[in-house]
Amino acid sequence: MKSVETEIRFKLNGREVCLTVPVTMKTLTMLRDKLGMTGTKYACGEGECGACTIKLDGQTVNSCLMYAVDCDGRELVTIEGLRTPEGLNPMQQAFVDHGAIQCGFCMPGMIMQADTLVENNPNLTREEAQRGLEGNLCRCTGYTKVLDAVDAVVEAKKCCGRC
Amino acid sequence: MEKNVTVSPIAKSTLIGQRVKKPDAPDKATGKTRYINDMVLPQMLIGKVLFAGRPHARIVRIDTSAAEKLPGVYAVLTGKDAAGLKFGFVRDNVALKDKVRCEHDEIAAVAAETEEIASRALELIKVEYEDLPGVFTPEAGALVGAPLVHDNFPGNKSLHFEFKHGDLAAAEAASDCVVDSVFRPHHVTHCCMGTSCAIADFDHNGKLTIWTQTQYPYNYKMDLAPALGLNPGDIRVMQPPVGGAFGSKLDVYPYEPIAALLARKTGRPVKVIYSREEEFKAAPTRQAAIIHMRTGCTRDGVLTFRSADVLLDNGAYTSWGPTIPVIMMRTTSGHYRVPVVDFKAQAIYTNNPYAGSFRGYGNVQTTYATAQQMDMLADMVDLDPLEFHLKNAQISGEVTPQKSFLRECALVECLETAAAASDYSRKRKAYAAARDKPGRYKKGIGLASSIHNAGGAKIHKSDGIGTILKVDDYARVTVITGASEIGQGIDAVITLIVAEELGVPVEHVTIVNNDSDIAPWDVGVHASRTTFIAGNGTRRAAQKAKAQILSAAAKMLNEPAGTLELRGGFVVRDTCGTPLIELDRLLRRMHFQNVPELVMVTDYYEPNSEPEGAKHISDHSAAYSHAVHIAEITVDTLTGEIKVDKVTVAQDVGRVINRMGLEGQIEGGIAIGLGYALSENMRIEKGMLRNPCFRDYKLITAPEMPPLDMHFIESNCAEGPYGAKGISELPTIVIAPAIANALYNATGVRIFNPPMSPETVARAIFEARQAGK
Ligand code: FES
Ligand code: FES
Repeated sequence: MKSVETEIRFKLNGREVCLTVPVTMKTLTMLRDKLGMTGTKYACGEGECGACTIKLDGQTVNSCLMYAVDCDGRELVTIEGLRTPEGLNPMQQAFVDHGAIQCGFCMPGMIMQADTLVENNPNLTREEAQRGLEGNLCRCTGYTKVLDAVDAVVEAKKCCGRC
Repeated sequence: MEKNVTVSPIAKSTLIGQRVKKPDAPDKATGKTRYINDMVLPQMLIGKVLFAGRPHARIVRIDTSAAEKLPGVYAVLTGKDAAGLKFGFVRDNVALKDKVRCEHDEIAAVAAETEEIASRALELIKVEYEDLPGVFTPEAGALVGAPLVHDNFPGNKSLHFEFKHGDLAAAEAASDCVVDSVFRPHHVTHCCMGTSCAIADFDHNGKLTIWTQTQYPYNYKMDLAPALGLNPGDIRVMQPPVGGAFGSKLDVYPYEPIAALLARKTGRPVKVIYSREEEFKAAPTRQAAIIHMRTGCTRDGVLTFRSADVLLDNGAYTSWGPTIPVIMMRTTSGHYRVPVVDFKAQAIYTNNPYAGSFRGYGNVQTTYATAQQMDMLADMVDLDPLEFHLKNAQISGEVTPQKSFLRECALVECLETAAAASDYSRKRKAYAAARDKPGRYKKGIGLASSIHNAGGAKIHKSDGIGTILKVDDYARVTVITGASEIGQGIDAVITLIVAEELGVPVEHVTIVNNDSDIAPWDVGVHASRTTFIAGNGTRRAAQKAKAQILSAAAKMLNEPAGTLELRGGFVVRDTCGTPLIELDRLLRRMHFQNVPELVMVTDYYEPNSEPEGAKHISDHSAAYSHAVHIAEITVDTLTGEIKVDKVTVAQDVGRVINRMGLEGQIEGGIAIGLGYALSENMRIEKGMLRNPCFRDYKLITAPEMPPLDMHFIESNCAEGPYGAKGISELPTIVIAPAIANALYNATGVRIFNPPMSPETVARAIFEARQAGK
């Protein structure tokens, strides 16, 4: 019962990737099992928790719902790709500094979502952040410190004058 | 003065109460942390479990031959492979069953090269069942002639608990008001974001290494061993990072011995990991219960007695979960000054999923009852609930009927602080007055409080912890401790305490707490004990190291003993802060002198609590603590939807250690409590879970999280590290009844069967209006 495979090419965290995947494989499985990129998490597999959130051409998607073949020709960023050469990106650093991370299992998805929200809306309000993170479940933190971290990034961007 | 030291004086400062980052946070923020769920070992096989999918049945025959023949399958196990290997609190469970007692009973297990092959193999296993009539509520299970879940447990009786104090009949006679209600707290489950997972591997000496999510590594060995016929000493417990636990990993569940049995059979490492659906079905629950509670008071609002008759839904097997009455009775007897107490609890076997322990440990259910009855009584005697609470609140030095000694008790301060901060009394009156005025949206405010052990709970012979601490030639400190990190933040607390004592940066502290072959004994993360117990252990070990270092320094530097301190990476004169020598240089000198000296110390800390005992009359925790929550809500009386606008929290934390971690624990604890109060509900129909997914089992999401106004009351616990008490369960315990009392304030309606979901609330409001007409 060999499933049909196909070759795909895409950009993952800035690097070209070419590999063969079964047509039934989900992007999450490809990332974790084929590419060893275990930063992206499985927590439901049904698009209900956001733990598997990645960036696809600048927008977030649940990688557990998306077929790997649909990555062909596109640009993916995972939590591993958010780091800058200098270290943690501002959102990652804000999560660390504000104590937003407990067990951390939801955090790769949460951070990807938060980072994209702020990227797309530099004036993001707390209410908008709350709504924007509605699809990302966290069992540990009660979201308060997550929102504090997002607020801090928005504020910092405002005062540096670069945006 | 040593040459080369040109640093200006280093002033005294403290890290206690500061905000210290979790050392594990950067790797978690970048996806670098390798959770157990991410682990792959060479040669590793994937184990999968065949669940019964029916609540009660006899297994007539089972045929695994086709599965065994499937290429890529290495082992297929069934009940006969685990026969006689009983485990569990009363040894009523086995890894693989020969009879079905609940939906998720493990009937067979497969180890295969890939998950796909393992799944395919499960499909090839043919099982013929003969369904049996089941029992699905504790009342039904307790009926004479009810079908038996276990033949050797007549009457379906599992654990039983009792505590009586004083003359109940006399107290009832002396009561002017009595409230009598039946509460039916429901089934919920932990929903750890990282699903259950275990990896097992045997070496050729027969020693098992198991990577697990356990939060009690030492008792885990003891509990796992009988499921495998092993000596606990031949089990090495590895604890990689986990995606949450919340009490669910305070026990052994069948997938763990199953992974080990498959590993033994195949000679290869085997990983069992659950899907979310399997997690919902097979992970433990918070017990559903039926609590018949009565509380009395005099006309002036002085409590006279409290009685509770509790039936617990044990589910099909007895884990540590059904021991929750140990805590339920402490709250029944000790939540406010209750002179007369009568507590009974009986756990009844049913064909439902079985209960485990869950943050709050029975106190969530009990406080839902006690805190509402306090509110009801206040109403009956026409007192502001705040005043009623204050009238009955204990103060420092009081002892409860079960002999919990409230050495430092800040209940009054918690009540007053929360009430003042939220303007409780004024709002309560105003909202009650507006209750019957027209308008779809009603506001309400509700006060609730509870008591919980805050210095461990001596339910084992020991509630202690071992700590090994070493300081190397570079003044880097390693703490080897039994305290488990499950996300709650003990690592940050340990680094903070070491930094405080030894004057080194927190970044220079490494913690080893993930390997039972290395780390010494600890009872585990439970009973709000870890900061208290491991904090004390760490502090004592660090102080021993410090004494050794300072005595060596005094000798080498010719300074009088007792005048030196460690600060900012230096040995300094305590009074003026003048640096005398860098700590690392001193350590190297100690190490390489004629009579070499290495800094490595050990400590065993046993709190001064008393064992729980069969009579439950003991000072079982080294500290107790209170929290008060005041919830402000808006109720949509048409849809029944409750929006929580704000929660004011006043909690006796003893002393703040890591402020950031403390806030995080309270916020997270409240989020779990909010889910319990408002939306989470396992819909179990005739033993079958109908909503095993996040779509239908609703956790609190970011928009639903209310703003919190937190007040930390510092009662300075004499036994606690720097005065601290344990803190992390009370937030989960107190929030639901605060909302329930607010709902009453807003609408005049009480919900005895949580969750206060829109349907339940809307129906209650509708029925109350019908009745009022
Ligand atoms: S794992 Fe993709 S949304 Fe939950
Ligand atoms: S930090 Fe644990 S689930 Fe979010």
